[in-house]
Amino acid sequence: MAEIDKNQSGDTRRDFLKKSSLFTALSLTPLTVLKAADQKVDERFAELFEKIPLNLKVNNKAYTLKVEPRVTLLDLLREQLHLTGTKKGCDHGQCGACTVHVDGVRVNSCLSLAAMNEGKSITTIEGLAKGDELHPMQAAFIKHDGFQCGYCTPGQIMSAVACVREGHANSKDEIREYMSGNICRCGAYPNIVDAIHEVKEGGKVI
Amino acid sequence: MEFFIDENDRVDGIEKVTGKAKYFAEYQLPGLTYGVLVTSTITKGKIIAIDTKAAKNAPGVLDVLSHLNKPSAAGYEQAGGSPMKIFYTDQVFFNGQPIAIVVADTFERATYAASLVKVSYEKTAFNTDFEASIKDAAVKKLQGAPPYVRGIADAYKTAEVKVEQTYKMPVETHNPMELHGIIADWGVNDKVTVYAKTQGVKSTQNTIANVFKIPAENIQVNSQFVGGGFGMALRTWPLEIAAIMASKQLKKPVKLIITRDQMFTMVGNRPAAYQKIGLGATKDGKITGITHTAFGQSATYENFTEGVVNMSKFMYDSENVNTNYYVIPLDMGVPIWMRGPGEATGAFALESAIDEMAFALDMDPLDFRAKNDPEQDPSQKRPFSSKYIKEAYKLGAAKIGWNNRKNKPGSIVEGSWQIGYGVSVGVFNAGRGRASVKGILKADGTLVLQSATSDIGPGTGTGMTLIASKLMNIPVYKIVFELGDSSLPPAPSQGGSATLSTVGSAVNDVCVALKSTIAELAANSNMDATSNFVDVLKKNNLPMIEKTIQSSQNNPEAKNYSMYSFSIHFVQVKVHQLTGVVKVNKIVSVGDSGKIVSPKTARSQMVGGAVGGIGMALTEEAILDNRYGRYVNNNFADYHVPVNADVPDIDVIFIDKPDPIVNPMGAKGMGEIALIGFAGAVANAVFNATGKRIRSLPITPDKVLEA
Repeated sequence: MAEIDKNQSGDTRRDFLKKSSLFTALSLTPLTVLKAADQKVDERFAELFEKIPLNLKVNNKAYTLKVEPRVTLLDLLREQLHLTGTKKGCDHGQCGACTVHVDGVRVNSCLSLAAMNEGKSITTIEGLAKGDELHPMQAAFIKHDGFQCGYCTPGQIMSAVACVREGHANSKDEIREYMSGNICRCGAYPNIVDAIHEVKEGGKVI
Repeated sequence: MEFFIDENDRVDGIEKVTGKAKYFAEYQLPGLTYGVLVTSTITKGKIIAIDTKAAKNAPGVLDVLSHLNKPSAAGYEQAGGSPMKIFYTDQVFFNGQPIAIVVADTFERATYAASLVKVSYEKTAFNTDFEASIKDAAVKKLQGAPPYVRGIADAYKTAEVKVEQTYKMPVETHNPMELHGIIADWGVNDKVTVYAKTQGVKSTQNTIANVFKIPAENIQVNSQFVGGGFGMALRTWPLEIAAIMASKQLKKPVKLIITRDQMFTMVGNRPAAYQKIGLGATKDGKITGITHTAFGQSATYENFTEGVVNMSKFMYDSENVNTNYYVIPLDMGVPIWMRGPGEATGAFALESAIDEMAFALDMDPLDFRAKNDPEQDPSQKRPFSSKYIKEAYKLGAAKIGWNNRKNKPGSIVEGSWQIGYGVSVGVFNAGRGRASVKGILKADGTLVLQSATSDIGPGTGTGMTLIASKLMNIPVYKIVFELGDSSLPPAPSQGGSATLSTVGSAVNDVCVALKSTIAELAANSNMDATSNFVDVLKKNNLPMIEKTIQSSQNNPEAKNYSMYSFSIHFVQVKVHQLTGVVKVNKIVSVGDSGKIVSPKTARSQMVGGAVGGIGMALTEEAILDNRYGRYVNNNFADYHVPVNADVPDIDVIFIDKPDPIVNPMGAKGMGEIALIGFAGAVANAVFNATGKRIRSLPITPDKVLEA
């Protein structure tokens, strides 16, 4: 988008279909699609073809969905499933606000296309507590005041839980290193480290 | 869910750790549409044409709005004036200026369609080069504040010992974790509902009312949770007006969330600064003259000034002080106050120079400061309402182990690292405004407090709840403080470290009023004056009583005093001899900000200020390519905010003595002082470690190696 004045984005699917029909086998491009392209309704046809079936579990609930291939896991969670606990901070995998667990591994959901998660099991911040009982990491974040505005917090907590499970919380310095993918602009880092350290030292399996 | 570990925990903690806290972008409205901005790719000039055909034809697209086809905003109809009137101009004032909004039924479709909009421009010459402009006589400079002279101007020049240096700071960006934006819903009969990211719901309401010339009562602003602001949400930005225009046009709710790179250009920044300090002293360490001249970056289409030179007027006792402050309008987005605002910029220069002078005099910088500590405010010739800065020096020095510091730089080496200690002072006005709070005391034993204030992170609700809990003797879990809603009793925006003082005073006053009503009711029904309010309300068959109180802006005594909060930051750094890397090892921040109302959140705020200070000192710099007028590091990978591994354990000490003048709680604000001065402490510590004086922030390894 930054280069709109001089970019080549006018090179649309329509042009592509025409070129491909000229230079490659015509039979690959049905006439109806070409006509549609000329009548500028190709995008609307494409929309019907281009949604991908997707089965995945989020917080132990099974979903059967159809998604555009360009939809990220983050936008699927927030905009379509309305699970807004997972946050968008940069959309470039640089801040960690969107951290979720995919089959138990911490992942920046903004860097994962929804369609890549077929058959996978996602856990978000909404799935961490057991009913009204907070997860020990959530309770420790409250106790140590591991947040201020709260926006990076779900990502911090998901990352923190994984950090302990990975075995990367053996010292405060190790926690600092393995939690450095999650930015907190309010600057709650020392409190976050204290919370994780306490959960780890508590020895509970989390 | 009732879960309290102790009464000092944040009242909204559970919502924040479970993902239930709803920020502006997370409200589900029926028929919600998505806006994506098209931004200028030139820095200055005129839009000749906007080709929206392809975009409009893309699937799911509802409309593309620009200056060519926007709906009317009556407040923008008159020509001229500031601020920038989005979609009411074909002029481009800066690179990345929003010039069109594409609205579609999904975010992805709006994003794609925005890439199809083609804009042609007529370019004109531009200037974004701040440093070159300072020396270029042809570039316009505006006075940012009236010149100030006390005693003799430039007296430092004739002093026995003098320091004369220049200090530089780059553009910094607020970059709260939450992206800026708005959900705008223009309904029937010009009723407008917005879900905003704002530090002031009333300010947002008033801005919208003025732009569209509709009554403020028609506009409902919701902003219960704000994912950080640091100043950037103190105004309603043009992009928000664009989304409201789109909603008005389409008669549908429009959600607009800008991208991280757009956070660098269209929602303000801390302006770049160039400062000269002249400092004169006698050989035995008495300051005889301070001259502070500052230049700040501003914009051509709107002006911005801040308090860069304030501190130099009163922090140290000097008969002779003069200050000058200029701003340079550049072809860039207009700046806005960033945490600690101009005072943090000024403190870096002044406190570096103070350290340089102490070194020139071969004095301990703490002794030098103590020796020049004024008994009263020398600029106003009146006492401070409270000031315990010498006590703060002692407490902080003991905690960091200041006696391990050697005055001779480069004295302490551990392996490949040189160790140094630094100190710096911060100060900020202890402001108090006027606010209204409604209190509803219920027979079920609960208290509801309401005010149209905000919480961008400091813990407003927590602080207010603690004030009320103490006064009313009601446990915190039976008190609810409601905020972030423009229909509640009015309060000013959250900024300038004034919320606790301002809204807290109104909470105090409403609690006093409720208590007095309960006492009257008790007397009237022959009950003991100390009766519990629940019994009194029940005896009187009242389900609740309500009071709304507007607090006064000041104690009448206040005019006789100067009221400031102070901070003293101590740091120990290590500097790698081969690579020039600077690591902050230890931090002790002492807050002299009156009585501490909410100890846990107050400590966190001091910690957060220190972390922001590490960024300012060591890592943060928005780099502009002046050939194109564009930022080259407009993302979190290249613009380095501090991460967890950059931050050591931080000790926070509060003086915690009530200020007798400022407000009934005796509490002064501390959001700004948490950061003001911190960068100076780091620069001073780097000098103590290495003997290298870095006068240009951030202190990156290249500068350390080259020095």
